[in-house]
Amino acid sequence: MLEMRENCVIKTEHLSKEYRLGVIGTGTLRRDLQSWYAKRRGREDPNSIIGTPDYEKGDSFLALDDVNIEINRGERVGIIGANGAGKSTLLKLLSRVTSPTDGSFQFRGRIASMLEVGTGFHAELTGRENIYLNGAILGMNRSEVSAKIDDIISFSECEKFIDTPVKRYSSGMFVKLAFSVAAHLDAEIMIMDEVLAVGDMRFQRKCLKKMRELAEQEERTVLYVSHNMSTIQELCNRCIVLEQGKVIFDGDVDEAIKCYLGGENDEFFSAEYEDDKYKDKVNNNLLCLERVKYNGRTTNIFYPGEKMLLQLEWKNLMDIDNLNLRIEVYDYRRYPITSFLAENIYKGKSGENGSLRLGLDIDMLTQGVYYTRYVFTSSLKPDAEPETVEAASGLVFRKTRRNVGSQPWKKSWGSVVLGEAEIIE
Amino acid sequence: MIKFNTDFDSEVKLVNNDITYVSSKHKLFNVNLKEIWQYRDLILLFVKRDLTTSYKQTILGPLWILINPLLSTTVFTVIFGIIAGIPTDGMPQFLFYMSGNILWGFFSSCLNRGSGTFLGNVRLFGKVYFPRLVMPISGIIYNLVNFFLQTSVFVILVIVYAVIGANVHPNWLIALTPLLVLQTAMLGTGMGLIISSITTKYRDLNVLVGFGVSLLMYITPVVYPISQVPVNFRWLMLLNPVAPIVETYRCAFLGRGSFEWPFLLISLAVTAGLLFWGVVVFNKVEKNFIDTV
Repeated sequence: MLEMRENCVIKTEHLSKEYRLGVIGTGTLRRDLQSWYAKRRGREDPNSIIGTPDYEKGDSFLALDDVNIEINRGERVGIIGANGAGKSTLLKLLSRVTSPTDGSFQFRGRIASMLEVGTGFHAELTGRENIYLNGAILGMNRSEVSAKIDDIISFSECEKFIDTPVKRYSSGMFVKLAFSVAAHLDAEIMIMDEVLAVGDMRFQRKCLKKMRELAEQEERTVLYVSHNMSTIQELCNRCIVLEQGKVIFDGDVDEAIKCYLGGENDEFFSAEYEDDKYKDKVNNNLLCLERVKYNGRTTNIFYPGEKMLLQLEWKNLMDIDNLNLRIEVYDYRRYPITSFLAENIYKGKSGENGSLRLGLDIDMLTQGVYYTRYVFTSSLKPDAEPETVEAASGLVFRKTRRNVGSQPWKKSWGSVVLGEAEIIE
Repeated sequence: MIKFNTDFDSEVKLVNNDITYVSSKHKLFNVNLKEIWQYRDLILLFVKRDLTTSYKQTILGPLWILINPLLSTTVFTVIFGIIAGIPTDGMPQFLFYMSGNILWGFFSSCLNRGSGTFLGNVRLFGKVYFPRLVMPISGIIYNLVNFFLQTSVFVILVIVYAVIGANVHPNWLIALTPLLVLQTAMLGTGMGLIISSITTKYRDLNVLVGFGVSLLMYITPVVYPISQVPVNFRWLMLLNPVAPIVETYRCAFLGRGSFEWPFLLISLAVTAGLLFWGVVVFNKVEKNFIDTV
């Protein structure tokens, strides 16, 4: 056990969690004995699922693999990653719902975990009784709850119904009450797993604000897992990206989100689409996109004032009368920002190769990474599926910072510069 | 040089600086009593929750706690006392059956609560940490409250019977009842914890428990006095750890029955052993049961 620095509140060392695959016990003694007997005689386990590859039988997989992190007092740490990356496992370990198979961790103070909203609420009890019960489950004692009960009730916006059994609550009220309890915990460390996904937008914002305040004013530490990048951005000041149980990034929130969402073609200035690879996936027999590139460039970075010249090459899969193209532009969170439209741009016979050069004015976009997607349609098939969703997602481009008026544009102001306001009077 | 005194801050925040260390290595016997004590409010709230919710939306409410044993005692009296005609060593039949009934009820509900600890609380245990022993402990207290209320009625009936001159002789053994009650709770809970730990893997046991408990009742002198058992087998009977408790309890309030120190002490030792074993397996299972359940 290594020493923890003074302002460090959570420290994990080689933290690992291994799950056994395939034969995690069958649940009945008879079958376990059967499996054990078969194994002894060197026979096929009668209880394994047929066709399970050998490596899965009795083999294991690491949900969390040698995680070493240190979290300091007052930090608001977001944890992101794809499904199965180990986010929830990490939170489960830290909140001591289950224990590590290897390694260790230590923490300072109390941890209040909210892996679910309203854990332990009892339908028959009133709101007030449930506040006490839920508070106690989360580690507060009676006097701590009593000191805060008025705050909790007013934060939950359920004053009128506080002495009614919660089974008569609407689901929204239930969530609000449950979250209010958690938001008023005295624990030094708070762990939340996607709990804000429920509740309406206004209440979500109120909760995020509350969590920020707690962290900033009272030096609470917050660990927050979410798939919603905008709440991560709003709440966190540090972000950890997990992939297959390993920490692949730890640091700045924007960088982390980029690291998580950014594909491998981030640096490319041209791309070849191998049709045999994507043909079956894409349910569009209009045309097959083969090549895209930025004309006359060896980088995908664009400076203010520069125009984007895009060249697209494809092969027709049918007679095309009038081809329409939409180039959708997304920001780094993959939120659509805007689109370029081009209508009636091409005519051609089936089997021919087509190509197109487009000039795109991207000057209104501010600094940052942008993702694109090309969607081809024709008047014959106006509702055709997009040419590609994943496979032929377009080239990525980056823009550098620019000044608007007298000051440099900040990313938090938005992605599109609309210009100066006109003074009428 | 001016020295600033930084200690004038009147509102000093109490920051909990205790370091908790969690690793993959487990100790065999690891009961953190201090931590359980910190969660005492939770224990009481669980008891309160169970008391207030178990009889919600019933007309008689908590009166059921008293009506239940009275009804089943009446059934026992009719079936075993009147129809089967099992002698009760001259003790008033109703009191005889009631004494066995409420003590057995206490034992079996402690066992049931204990054995349901893991499977009955999967949702809660899967989402939040608190010392898992909080659950069986609050179960014991809940059952104790019920048992205390039932015993009060029983004591009142004993006094009534004694006043009207029936064959009941409460005696000094009553001083032992706190020990007997504690022992019953520990025995039931200890067995419950063992069962609970095994059922996380083998659900079959759940079916067996219900059957096993009623079987155990019939090899315990609950519906018959031990004097009905052939003398040669009595010692075997009294090795059942519940048997001496029931006999001593009955002997204390009604004045008849076999009270023998050796068997009571053996029962006490078995209780301690089962409880220790129960806590050890419970400790082992609680770390990771959420992964296998």
